Amino acid sequence: MPAVSKGDGMRGLAVFISDIRNCKSKEAEVKRINKELANIRSKFKGDKALDGYSKKKYVCKLLFIFLLGHDIDFGHMEAVNLLSSNKYTEKQIGYLFISVLVNSNSDLIRLINNAIKNDLASRNSTFMNLALHCIANVGSREMAEAFASEIPRILVAGDTMDSVKQSAALCLLRLNRTSPDLIPMGEWTARVVHLLNDQHLGVVTAATSLIATLAQKSPDEFKTSVSLAVARLSRIVTSASIDLQDYTYYFVAAPWLSVKLLRLLQCYPPPEDAALRSRLTECLETILNKAQEPPKSKKVQHSNAKNAVLFEAIALIIHHDSEPNLLVRACNQLGQFLQHRETNLRYLALESMCTLASSEFSHEAVKTHIETVISALKTERDVSVRQRAVDLLYAMCDRSNSKQIVAEMLSYLETADYSIREEIVLKVAILAEKYAVDYTWYVDTILNLIRIAGDYVSEEVWYRVIQIVINRDDVQGYAAKTVFEALQAPACHENLVKVGGYILGEFGNLIAGDPRSSPLVQFDLLHSKFHLCSVPTRALLLSAYIKFINLFPEVKGTIQDVLRSDSQLRNADVELQQRAVEYLRLSCIASTDILATVLEEMPPFPERESSILAKLKKKKGSSKLPDLDDSRRTVNGSSEHAEDTEAVNINVNQGPIHTSTDILNLNSTPSSGASLLVDVFSDMANPAPTEGSEDHFPRFVCKNNGVIYENQLLQIGLKSEYRQNLGRMYVFYGNKTSTQFLSFSTSVTSDIVLSSHLSVQAKPVDPLIEAGAQVQQILNIECVSDFSDAPVLNIQFRYGGTLQNIAVKLPVMLNKFFQPTEMASQDFFQRWKQLGAPQQEVQKIFKAQNQMDTDVAKAKLLGFGVALLDGVDPNPANFVGAGIIHTKTTQVGCLLRLEPNTQAQMYRLTLRTSKESVSQRLCELLSEQF
Amino acid sequence: MMRFMLLFSRQGRLRLQKWFTAISEREKKKIIREMTTMVLARPPRTCNFLRWKDLKIVYKRYASLYFCLGVEDEENELLALEIIHRYVELLDKYFGNVCELDIIFNFEKAYFILDEFLMGGEIQETSKQIVNRAIESSDMLQEDDHSEWYDVELFG
Repeated sequence: MPAVSKGDGMRGLAVFISDIRNCKSKEAEVKRINKELANIRSKFKGDKALDGYSKKKYVCKLLFIFLLGHDIDFGHMEAVNLLSSNKYTEKQIGYLFISVLVNSNSDLIRLINNAIKNDLASRNSTFMNLALHCIANVGSREMAEAFASEIPRILVAGDTMDSVKQSAALCLLRLNRTSPDLIPMGEWTARVVHLLNDQHLGVVTAATSLIATLAQKSPDEFKTSVSLAVARLSRIVTSASIDLQDYTYYFVAAPWLSVKLLRLLQCYPPPEDAALRSRLTECLETILNKAQEPPKSKKVQHSNAKNAVLFEAIALIIHHDSEPNLLVRACNQLGQFLQHRETNLRYLALESMCTLASSEFSHEAVKTHIETVISALKTERDVSVRQRAVDLLYAMCDRSNSKQIVAEMLSYLETADYSIREEIVLKVAILAEKYAVDYTWYVDTILNLIRIAGDYVSEEVWYRVIQIVINRDDVQGYAAKTVFEALQAPACHENLVKVGGYILGEFGNLIAGDPRSSPLVQFDLLHSKFHLCSVPTRALLLSAYIKFINLFPEVKGTIQDVLRSDSQLRNADVELQQRAVEYLRLSCIASTDILATVLEEMPPFPERESSILAKLKKKKGSSKLPDLDDSRRTVNGSSEHAEDTEAVNINVNQGPIHTSTDILNLNSTPSSGASLLVDVFSDMANPAPTEGSEDHFPRFVCKNNGVIYENQLLQIGLKSEYRQNLGRMYVFYGNKTSTQFLSFSTSVTSDIVLSSHLSVQAKPVDPLIEAGAQVQQILNIECVSDFSDAPVLNIQFRYGGTLQNIAVKLPVMLNKFFQPTEMASQDFFQRWKQLGAPQQEVQKIFKAQNQMDTDVAKAKLLGFGVALLDGVDPNPANFVGAGIIHTKTTQVGCLLRLEPNTQAQMYRLTLRTSKESVSQRLCELLSEQF
Repeated sequence: MMRFMLLFSRQGRLRLQKWFTAISEREKKKIIREMTTMVLARPPRTCNFLRWKDLKIVYKRYASLYFCLGVEDEENELLALEIIHRYVELLDKYFGNVCELDIIFNFEKAYFILDEFLMGGEIQETSKQIVNRAIESSDMLQEDDHSEWYDVELFG
């Protein structure tokens, strides 16, 4: 047992630890621990009051036992008692115990909070620091509630000690991350910004961390920090004369503070003020220059600290993406690192270049390093570095180098680590599709993928090649020929059999003229693989066979024999058996014409974003995926104007700026080529509804698409369609930030009354949303009977460590289930009279909220869902409409009349339906629209 | 921000764990297991960075101990490496040529030193002098108060 080095030794504790270490087996250790626990328990329960020291020692032992991985279910009270001790050492252990073994036991939390309160008020800086640490360590909501107002006060108070300021700043930061709603911005924010000017660099560092995080969420509030941060950075970086004393780390001036300041500046666009901007540029240039100077020390700490600042400066340059000069210099610097002897630097250079590749200014410069990156792929010994090289090749790929990059990736795939194969497969598949000028190359590439790494080729990849072949008739013959040849290999992957079966079933006729690939040869080839394949593949092959019967009447007999065999007709698998029976019957009884109609070539697939890309994003998880489609990163933070925010949204959906055409959206259907998202958001391009996101609900009464919710993090767009009593809603969640959302989950809740009238079923949603990306969720809606409330969509996700909760009222209203009904004037009046009972009619007279425009009113009524009936009302200025509300249980006919009075700026709305509640609800909904 | 710091031996024995966000004990154990296996499996002279889920893992070996830091995506890997180094320096200064046993037997000190240096997953004080002074002064306080009762110390 080594001598206890310093401070107060707790000899009993040292003996105990020593005993544990001497235990020869796990059992012996458990036995020793149980003995100790029994001893401590009896001491705590004993009649004799324990003195502070013993209490401290036992609590410390419990802590040790807990850290060994054993459960501790007592001792919390004793630890809490220690908090109120006057002896620093006891208090300290008490706080340590509480910090490590947070217990949500609310009684204790109250006691703990009490002790913290006393220490915060003690004006003893050591005690205050302990208390602040405890709050930061526990960070629970109860604590946030108790101290949210106190901590900002301590932070900005004039007489607070420096070390307490540091603790208070970081404590506040922690609470802001866990419970941002409890930390309102206030008068203190302006004073916090001024801490950037503080004398004490430790205070400045802590304050910068706090401000950088707060500024991400509310950039406007902290705008003034930009000039202060630039000034501070400039003093550190450019003036060699200032001695920063202990804040100089291995000859590098305040590396932590520099990096934090550079990070803070990444919350903002480049400064608009010319002087400030040039001062910042000067800083960045100085940092780049310093990289070229000889090192001041051989120690790795020196170069790490220096390069840390350099990488952060490059991150800022990339973020600003506005100074071509700096971008190219950054790229050259990273190029040097690519060949550095330090593996760490090579790794970081590859990683950093990935983001640089997506800037239009530096994309070309990045491309010049292609040979180095390829050689990294081949020669690096470390798989994490090779992985970064794959990422970079993917990011730097464009039309000019795609063939080379795809070829290199394919050849790397042969030896690649198993852990990254699937990802490489996805990347190759995406690049091959995106940059295919010639689709024969694309087909070859995918078949190669299957050949080299068939096990890692997911469904998305082979579905996609089939979709593309079906949609492009110029490649069909080639595809048929190529798969036919590939299938001749003695051992081919099952995925190839799938692709081969599908393609020959559709396009085998295109190569049937050649006797070497006559119909019978094709069939025999496919069937020779049949018995080796799994059930789903066999099912696919059976479908290919029936397609053959249609394409090639001459092999009908052979195929019918196969289908008729016992192994098919009596197959134990229901699906296979059913297919065999049905296909056989179909081939026997259907005439050639019918067969040709039933088994016609597949129609082209609707074009939309490649599902492979979605898969890759999902697979990549959180790691930074250079997204080919939003190559221009958006300015995060500081969207001061509504237009800015919109520009951001639109940017997310638009194609790259430096690559002119996007092959993912095939030319065959240019209009529908744009993904659904664009349609949704095109709605919001005209008005500017970004602000005041709370109540977008009423705007959806007369329309189905648009943005329902938006804050600084998230945008939710909707697109919905209804038919009779059913509806489908596509919800698009857009991540507006430059950080991913994790643990993303949603649920739809209705109250008890509503849930019996309306059922909403949500399809699962991806738990991860990449920065700047959007994911879609489908909700299936069924109206059981008429209803008046609306379901609530609850969204939960983690953003930067804090849990975000958002609840949005979903715009599912009764009128969505309207079916417009056209009727003649006579019928209308007849029904109007029939619905004359007092409870069936609801009338409302109200003042116009908007300008009274006939066309707008018409559009709204149509959007509401009724048919407008012309020539029914004798007064042409009035509107008359009719429709039927479909619910599962019943249908409710509905007639309405809207009479504008332009002079009085009033409307009179009359509704008659067979059900009182329906009349009421429709009247409420519609009357708020004018 | 930093999410956690772990110290473990070459045999995978955990020596110190510091969590900067609230997570369940189960989750902690899972992370500890994954980190130790992942880091210990790395061949020598590979780079010090890994990706794991949404985190960057930065690790470095000092003698028999591995220091492993899980940081969020926007953190600077090189500086994370230097955070580890500075912590080692602080331990070294305090214990004088720190070794694994010092940390085992004085685990509470190792936590106190870490608390002076990091807070809420951010760096609190980068100056070695200031951190050392804070730790020494708290030791002074301890020496003051234990003089009266040190004699009554008994095993058990």
